[in-house]
Amino acid sequence: MTFEYAPAPESRSVVDIAPAYGLFIDGEFTEAADGRVFKTVSPSTEEVLSEVARAGEADVERAVAAARRAFEGWSALPGSERAKYLFRIARIIQERSRELAVLETLDNGKPIKETRDTDLPLVAAHFFYHAGWADKLEHAGYGHAPRPLGVAAQVIPWNFPLLMLAWKIAPALATGNTVVLKPAETTPLSALFFADVCRQAGLPRGVVNILPGYGDTGAALVAHPGVDKVAFTGSTGVGKEIARTVAGTRKKLTLELGGKGANIVFDDAPVDQAVEGIVSGIFFNQGQVCCAGSRLLVQESVHDEVLDALKRRIATLRLGDPLDKNTDIGAINSAEQLARITALTDQGEAEGAERWTAPCELPSSGYWFAPTVFSGVTQAHTVARDEIFGPVLSVLTFRTPDEAVAKANNTAYGLSAGIWTDKGSRILAMANKLRAGVVWSNTFNKFDPTSPFGGYKESGYGREGGRHGLEAYLDV
Amino acid sequence: MSTTPHVPAAHALTDVTGSDASLRRFLHGLPGVDAVGLEARAAALGTRSIKTTSKAYALDLAISMVDLTTLEGADTPGKVRALGAKAVHPDPTDRTTPATAAVCVYPDMVAVAKEAVAGSGVKVASVATAFPAGRASMAVKIADVREAVAAGADEVDMVIDRGAFLSGRYLKVFEEITAVKDACGDSARLKVIFETGELSTYDNIRRASYLAMLAGADFIKTSTGKVAVNATPANTLLMLQAVRDFRDRTGVQIGVKPAGGIRTAKDAVKFLVLVGETAGTDWLDPHWFRFGASSLLNDLLMQRQKLATGRYSGPDYVTVD
Repeated sequence: MTFEYAPAPESRSVVDIAPAYGLFIDGEFTEAADGRVFKTVSPSTEEVLSEVARAGEADVERAVAAARRAFEGWSALPGSERAKYLFRIARIIQERSRELAVLETLDNGKPIKETRDTDLPLVAAHFFYHAGWADKLEHAGYGHAPRPLGVAAQVIPWNFPLLMLAWKIAPALATGNTVVLKPAETTPLSALFFADVCRQAGLPRGVVNILPGYGDTGAALVAHPGVDKVAFTGSTGVGKEIARTVAGTRKKLTLELGGKGANIVFDDAPVDQAVEGIVSGIFFNQGQVCCAGSRLLVQESVHDEVLDALKRRIATLRLGDPLDKNTDIGAINSAEQLARITALTDQGEAEGAERWTAPCELPSSGYWFAPTVFSGVTQAHTVARDEIFGPVLSVLTFRTPDEAVAKANNTAYGLSAGIWTDKGSRILAMANKLRAGVVWSNTFNKFDPTSPFGGYKESGYGREGGRHGLEAYLDV
Repeated sequence: MSTTPHVPAAHALTDVTGSDASLRRFLHGLPGVDAVGLEARAAALGTRSIKTTSKAYALDLAISMVDLTTLEGADTPGKVRALGAKAVHPDPTDRTTPATAAVCVYPDMVAVAKEAVAGSGVKVASVATAFPAGRASMAVKIADVREAVAAGADEVDMVIDRGAFLSGRYLKVFEEITAVKDACGDSARLKVIFETGELSTYDNIRRASYLAMLAGADFIKTSTGKVAVNATPANTLLMLQAVRDFRDRTGVQIGVKPAGGIRTAKDAVKFLVLVGETAGTDWLDPHWFRFGASSLLNDLLMQRQKLATGRYSGPDYVTVD
């Protein structure tokens, strides 16, 4: 007998998913005006979880109007009163964290380990943090009484559904704005549960409105003339469209888009911890992370040693049922995303990069992709340039710090980078030269509400989190 | 050296032990350890959920890996005999319970322990080299080892000279270990205790691991159990990485023994997860992994009873020694 882990599934019974959900407008759940609905499935099994109302233009109209009506009262509240609502929301999220973690895992496909230990704690932390700002805005460095913008239209992606909601809604409410938020079409459920959290917290009607739908819903929302602020997290392609839509209007815009983060490993790096950082950099959330360290830049002198250690470590990753507490790699979020990952990796192979796939068995139903490493990659390969948004790592080499900087910056993106070295002075020197919004040193994919997050170049503009993130929601 | 991948055989490392300077160059050339990352990895592995059949397997494996220990000034032949009886039959109510790996005693108790476990397959381990401080002359330390081996010790748990290590006299530490290894001869396996709590940094623990492995240790062991910080998931994880990498480089497999501070079955199972997911399943064997512990065994037994009967028994249903 060997030490194999018996199944350890988190109980599904802690969450009660209704067969159908409406839009959340003006404090009420309501059907779409045209009665359209769509299904949301569990990507690990393809089981239909629920049927959700699909917002159209008329619903956008209603929601923006509700948010506009609510704005007057909400923005007039003393900051300390708004803070009470945010603290209440944060506490309710903590109390319901197990339920929300299971829900998120079901709808998104990511492992329960991640929703339980990363997503949900961070969601609560974002509300707590911004609750703290609500009555201290005059000390944020934006004047003695910075004013909110009005109605914020927020469109979020499917990779961290509830966390991206928190990144958007918490600062908007803390600064006195009201919100119309569109969750992604493949992961609408946690936002609808959040609507229930808002009701539970007694949040005034219309302050938060949730409009599930597809890209057309998002397009109608950001184009609506009643909107004062647009915040989008998602693909660079859609981000560019949104920028064109709002160009020439009064709307303030922040975009958090794609990335092709470089994880730079020097020959004096703490190898075992660097390997852990590389793994979490690219396989956290199946690599469906905008700031993923999808390019490994390793100093040529330690290339073989690092790659061997990396493969050995990747081979221990446990892929399977996302609800199992021992699962490290869950399902890809949708068939569409799986097709994109498959196409890009096929292209990598066709272009001559050497492909290595983790020896793991994929479940027969659902959307799955085994952890994959491309070695022998150069700057010319598609897998080194295009964002794959999946569990696929491209390994490149460098000889000198200058070459590492040049290669790391040689991308249309600029969201994240990692530096692994025992030498503190080199970390500082590199960080100054890397054109990335976040630079991690001897760690990767660490998030905190106090730390601003955002991109350079085609990774977008504006910052979320920290004092800097408040600016996006203030009339300054 | 850290930048030279794939050193193929043991002899590739023998030239590093020629002088203090070459040893220092080698040990300080090992990859550094990032403390935050190491501890985060150990904590992450600590969240593995080990249930049902895998728990039953892990509990029995852990019992079979215990070096059941008594290292008190108040030790008597009676106490050691009781300990030996418990090591052979840990749970008198359930004879399917595996025996522990060994009993661990002071050198003057080896003969008594030997008699208590005779014929059972349970080994007798003896601490030596002026345990726990190690502050004695070389002659005294070697005499200590010889006495234990002559009394029949199957395993010797020596302490390194932490003073020499911390002042950079690596060759002295190396030579002490080789001398003790000689004194052990072919009859006793040698465990080398670092007292990780006194070495203090993870870089030091990695260096001490390589130093001991180069000097011929059969096991590397965290601590004496006599200082404030003993075995932790992080320092054990680090030592497991060292034995894994050492085998990759030299083909020689070395065992690991965390000791002190592991008191619950839950903790023990977490250590087994560290072993399986770091060094690999080759080390999931009492020949290659041990727990230096005394109170741990009773908690393992209570958890084993709980798993078998579905209810908690309580401390009156395991033997107190």
